[in-house]
Amino acid sequence: MSIKHTASLAALVALLLVSATPFAQAADKPTDPQIAHIAYTAGVIDVEAAKLAIEKSKTKEVVDFANDMVRDHEAVNVQALDLVKKLKVTPEDNATSQALSKAAEEERAKLAKLEGAAFDKAYVANEVAYHKQVNGALETLLIPSAENAELKSLLETGLKIFQGHQQHAEHVAGMLK
Amino acid sequence: MKAGMPICSLAGALALALVASPALAATIEVTIDKLVFTPASIEAKVGDTIEWVNKDAFAHTATVKGDWEVMIPPESKGRMTLEKAGAVDYFCRFHPNMKGHLDVAP
Repeated sequence: MSIKHTASLAALVALLLVSATPFAQAADKPTDPQIAHIAYTAGVIDVEAAKLAIEKSKTKEVVDFANDMVRDHEAVNVQALDLVKKLKVTPEDNATSQALSKAAEEERAKLAKLEGAAFDKAYVANEVAYHKQVNGALETLLIPSAENAELKSLLETGLKIFQGHQQHAEHVAGMLK
Repeated sequence: MKAGMPICSLAGALALALVASPALAATIEVTIDKLVFTPASIEAKVGDTIEWVNKDAFAHTATVKGDWEVMIPPESKGRMTLEKAGAVDYFCRFHPNMKGHLDVAP
């Protein structure tokens, strides 16, 4: 009881240091089915944001970037689904996934009201922030918590992809200035 | 008339030399696995072909800023024949954290 409590507290403190948001609710170490659900949800969220950008933006660099996000995140999620099927793991909905989805919905509603350069800037800035946030969670919580070696390995590849996207987003943000 | 012969031979020898050199060109393979170029650094010479073998389910590029770019589709290959000498750093435009280096001798 007290060990669990200490561990939870440590995880919570670590998370609060890294980022303030949806992941802070995951004070307890997530299980593999929960991790799979969180990772999948994180990918779906970025695909949805990208689709909005493809629809709204008139800037080639932004649309190209959004297309890259759709392509990569859909590819990661195909791999994730293949893996959970192979491992006979059923992804389990959880508070972190729900908080992520809720935050994303709010962000999309905000973005939907913007047009032109204001939209481009806000979308790309959110992409930088979102990838940073997910990278923090992958590094400090999801990867260390994953029990299954194959899941851990897929998350590690996912982290490299996300880090790449963060740099790519930062580059696009620089071009929009 | 007599002077024509050596000139002809010389031209023939030159033509042979020009034809013969590309035969020495090599194909050098770089593997991409889990967003890593291996080997990360390559020594090659002008005329060699670099072949990137992409094992990932993700598209990558080999891009030299302001110069050239090779698209490397998922689970596929991309190749390029080196045309100029020099040392260049390349990266993946989609995942700029992926980096490679080429040293191209003349």
